[in-house]
Amino acid sequence: MATKHSRAAARLMISPAVLLLLGWMIIPLSMTVYFSFLNYNLVIPGPHNFIGFKNYYYFLTDPAFGTALVNTLVLVAGVLLITTIGGTLLALLLDQPIWGQGVVRVLVIAPFFVMPTVSALIWKNMFMNPVNGIFAWIAQSFGLQPFDFLSQAPLFSIILIVAWQWLPFATLILLTALQSLDSEQMEAAEMDGAGPVARFVQITVPHLSRAGTVVILIQTIFLLSVFAEILVTTNGGPGNASTNLTYLVYAQSLLQFDVGGGSAGGLVAVVLANIVAIFLMRMIGKNLDA
Amino acid sequence: MGQIQLSKVVKRFGDVEVIPPLDLDIDEGEFVVFVGPSGCGKSTLLRLIAGLEDVTDGVISIDGQDATTLPPARRRLAMVFQSYALYPHMSVRRNIAFPLKMAKMPRDEIDRRVENAARVLNLGDYLDRRPGQLSGGQRQRVAIGRAIVREPAAFLFDEPLSNLDAALRVNMRLEISELHNSLKTTMIYVTHDQVEAMTMADKIVVLHAGRIEQVGSPLDLYRAPANLFVAGFIGSPKMNFVAGAEADEYGAHTIGIRPEHLAIVAEGGVWSGKVVVSEHLGSDTFLHVEVAGREAPMTVRADGEVPFRAGDIVHLSPDRTKIHRFDAQGVRIA
Ligand SMILES: Nc1ncnc2c1ncn2[C@@H]1O[C@H](COP(=O)(O)OP(=O)(O)O)[C@@H](O)[C@H]1O
Ligand SMILES: [Mg+2]
Repeated sequence: MATKHSRAAARLMISPAVLLLLGWMIIPLSMTVYFSFLNYNLVIPGPHNFIGFKNYYYFLTDPAFGTALVNTLVLVAGVLLITTIGGTLLALLLDQPIWGQGVVRVLVIAPFFVMPTVSALIWKNMFMNPVNGIFAWIAQSFGLQPFDFLSQAPLFSIILIVAWQWLPFATLILLTALQSLDSEQMEAAEMDGAGPVARFVQITVPHLSRAGTVVILIQTIFLLSVFAEILVTTNGGPGNASTNLTYLVYAQSLLQFDVGGGSAGGLVAVVLANIVAIFLMRMIGKNLDA
Repeated sequence: MGQIQLSKVVKRFGDVEVIPPLDLDIDEGEFVVFVGPSGCGKSTLLRLIAGLEDVTDGVISIDGQDATTLPPARRRLAMVFQSYALYPHMSVRRNIAFPLKMAKMPRDEIDRRVENAARVLNLGDYLDRRPGQLSGGQRQRVAIGRAIVREPAAFLFDEPLSNLDAALRVNMRLEISELHNSLKTTMIYVTHDQVEAMTMADKIVVLHAGRIEQVGSPLDLYRAPANLFVAGFIGSPKMNFVAGAEADEYGAHTIGIRPEHLAIVAEGGVWSGKVVVSEHLGSDTFLHVEVAGREAPMTVRADGEVPFRAGDIVHLSPDRTKIHRFDAQGVRIA
């Protein structure tokens, strides 16, 4: 692939794919931008006038916006916290030589393959339900009042559900990183007088930092747009208690048939996601440098 | 301090006995080299002494105290690993300071010792770099630095030079020998390279399948190898072995003649044959001579200027006073 001729041929060959992908991205994005400046509601007939930044103004000043923004960040941070810490601990456990290691590892990965809607429904109906759920049953067998997770701690419950889905991913990546740790380094630290805790903090954690960064960055991208779990469990409620930005955009555009407002909200969400991404890269991106 | 004693030490991995019962005394300040072919249990023996492996049976004592069950950190030994095992995320300074920090030494004392080690090992300019930014030889020195700051009772080296190129290996060999001369601390050094063993050791321990074949000074081993294994392992190029009628003449089952104790004579001689390969090193020439009735060619070490080429016929005559005799079991006949 070094000659001028072969390079030209290569460009020609990949151009359909590039054009297709570009169209795929550019057309919806420009349509969204276009709609976001229109007074465009599906249930209000008439012309779709250009109204400038009004849609943005209404979206940003909506009292639900602030709550949704905070909820989004809390959701992301909470899930990241549980999955990175829990994933590290699970990886440490799975790294031990145990009988049936292969089977155990497959079992740990399993939640990752369950669809978000399905797992959220299972959590909602079989675990957290205040009448039939297993948590309610446990509480009752101790003579306690069952806790209604989804109405009393809706955001926390959703964090729990989403964390359960992402824990295998974090565990898997951290486990592979753990297995690449040179055993002589651990032995050297042992001879240098480092106890188990010091070895974990001084050797293992720094070794895991790069894999941890990958886990955090990839998860953040997906966690900013959690939707299915909210839709099937709490519908964003009670009130706005478990509404995140994605859900707010959905509520605006589809529940109120407001295409213009929904488009503006979608673009705001894109901008915020980028701000979070830049912030994250600044904070932990240096771990990725060799 | 730094006297180590192994008595009846056994190591088994499952059913495999890697080290059969073994006794060994290492005196204070000695430079001891464990040498043997790959897989003979050198590393295992070193790791037993370090405490990184548990002994199956037997006693290891350090400075007269039973250390068999002491954890590695409390044996006051420092180890330099084959892979160097530097901590990649720490600077050179923090790498060297690590054992001192773990020992909760005061800051100024740590700084003093690190500076001192850096000066001895010429690492002053690299203290703030990461191991990944250093060359192989520099990493090696950092690993040694991390070992010397602790002022241990003994140093353990596991094939420390095997990842270096030939020229650097010779340099580091000298540096480690100099370090031993100045520190006078006991050193145990593992290698499969008999040249390293011969050049560095006060005392060589030749291992074969976990057993000690012979213990002695380099020249003892060269002059009086205890058996065929040691005779073949120590000395380069390898000793020539002759069995059968010619050995019977000397009252032995096998006789051995070192290549440097064979002379090329104009005519007569004990053996005659055709040169198959001649290796000219400048100072010496190694001739490999095919002798009728022998499978392996005989190796002769001749003067650098000898004119022989492949295909020439030469006559060989041994120095009769330097012939080694071995019985049917391969044991030296005194
Ligand atoms: N952890 C272990 N489990 C099982 N066998 C081992 C282990 N470590 C070493 N061995 C075996 O012990 C023998 C000696 O190994 P080693 O001490 O590493 O040899 P050397 O360092 O002399 O090359 C080898 O046959 C090796 O396969
Ligand atoms: Mg080894």
